[in-house]
Order: sequence, then structure tokens, then C-alpha cells
Amino acid sequence: MDQHNTGDELTCRELVELVTDYLEQALPAPERARFDAHLAACEGCRDYLDQIRRTIGVLGRLDPATLTDDERTRLIALFRGWRAGAGR
Amino acid sequence: MSIALSPQSAGGTSPGTDELALVEALRRGDEAAFLALVERYHAPLMRAALAYVGSRAVAEEVVQETWIGVLQGIARFEGRSSLKTWIYRILSNCARSRGAREARSVPFADLGATGDEGPSVDPASFIPPGQVDAGWWSSHPASWAGLPEERFLAAETRAVIEGAVATLPPAQRTVITLRDIEGWPADEVCQLLAISDANQRVLLHRARARVRAALARYLTEG
Ligand SMILES: [Zn+2]
Repeated sequence: MDQHNTGDELTCRELVELVTDYLEQALPAPERARFDAHLAACEGCRDYLDQIRRTIGVLGRLDPATLTDDERTRLIALFRGWRAGAGR
Repeated sequence: MSIALSPQSAGGTSPGTDELALVEALRRGDEAAFLALVERYHAPLMRAALAYVGSRAVAEEVVQETWIGVLQGIARFEGRSSLKTWIYRILSNCARSRGAREARSVPFADLGATGDEGPSVDPASFIPPGQVDAGWWSSHPASWAGLPEERFLAAETRAVIEGAVATLPPAQRTVITLRDIEGWPADEVCQLLAISDANQRVLLHRARARVRAALARYLTEG
């Protein structure tokens, strides 16, 4: 756990730049293994990855964009105009 | 409403049967069919348009042009892509031509550029080079495990996130909007924006890193 900087281990600073490739399953297998090995040894990076996942979670739950009454009215008018113009 | 879209039909690469029914109805001038489309896609199109052009007034015009394009083009829709992809392609074209007309709106030429080249995390958070354990955390990110779920769902927290997204460089904003807010799969985003998979990931990475940083500042200071 405290044996840092041995061999070709990832540093935390390197790991944070690989997080998206990791989550997107875009890391080649050896890189992924290095990433997982670092995570297993590093609480800070586990917390960082968790923060990224929570951030993605909140982004996915932003208020669903909804149509306003004004927009609906305007679009119906647009449609009727088009239909009249198209001779339907 | 007589015709509805199932959520499953929104993605994918070819239109589902209900989409085809909708297209047929729209060609006949069926207002309910148009309304079904509008209910489903107008607000997400507005969000995507805002990501492209950055100004609400221009985004509204772009989406209006998009709907006109849909109505004018529906007779020629061949179903080689999903209806959603086809509609977003029209939006993308409208936004592009708008960008060409108004220099201030869309840096579409730069969509392949990543926006900023800064690191994901403030370098001061890491032990500096030359010291023992260089590159490891000098100050750990806070654990969010103890924060109550309500904290993440609070209107104020979501406002922080919306604000962070709004201030991203346009290409990053577009990608994170489509991927993480609208839930598009990566391949559809690449196709729509005509960017490589690797480029899409770089944009998404920078965007997520900046939004995370804003959220971390808010949650630990607020
Ligand atoms: Zn680490």
C-alpha cells in the first residue's frame, strides 16, 4: 500500500487523466490492469473516480427538458402554416 | 394523443415500426403526429442547440428552422437512420449554417479542438516532481460517500452543474450535453458531430473534469 513509485506503476496524476477512457472501456487491457492495480492501492483515486461517477449521475438527472405552452402553440402554428402551404 | 413514440425507438440506427407510422402520418399532414414529435424532441433539441450556439434567441431560431427542415424533408426521409438521428442532423446543419452566418455564435470549425488543454485536477493537489511519491495526491479528493443523496438532487446542486456546463467551451459543452445529460451513446455523438471516437472521449473527459471540479468546490465549500 505504501510502496509507491515502483516500476511502471501509474501515479494519481496520470490516473485522473485516464478516468474517462477507463469508464468508456477504451483502455487496452494492460493499461486497464495498471489502472485497477492503482485503484486497489489508492483511496484518493477511488474517491476521485467515485466523484466522477456521482457527477455523471447528477448530469443524467437534470430536470428533463420540457416543452412550454408557448413553444407548443408556436409550433402548432408553424405546422398549420406548412400544411396550408403544402396544399394538404 | 393517438401516436406516441416509445423510448426504445429514440436511439438505434434504424427507425422502429412506431417511428415509421409516425413518419407516414406526418406525410399525410397529421397534426397529432407532428405534436408527438415535438413533445418528444423539441426541448432536447433546444438543449442541444444551446450547446451549439450559446444564445437562447439564436437557439430558438435554429430549432425553428430545424422543424421547418423536418416538415420539408419528411417526404424524402428514407429511414436509413433513426428518425432521431435524422432530426439531429438537420439541427446540426441549421446550427452550422447559422455559425457560418454569425461569427459570434458557433466555433464549428473548432469542434474538433478540445477547447482547453489544462489538467483535469489542479497540479497543486499532487506531490511535486522530484519529491518522494511525486505525482501522488498531496491532498486527497474528499469522499462523497457520506453525503446524503438529497444533497446531489437539490435544486441548488443541479444549478451548480448547469452553470458549470454552460461555461464550458462549446465543443465540450455539446459532447457532455448529448452524452451525459441526454444520454446519447458515444457512436451517435461521433456520427452527429463528425468527430473521431478518441476526440469525443477527450472532449467528454475535459468536460466531466471541469464539472466535477465545480461540484467539488460547491460540495466542500458550500
Ligand atoms: Zn492514486
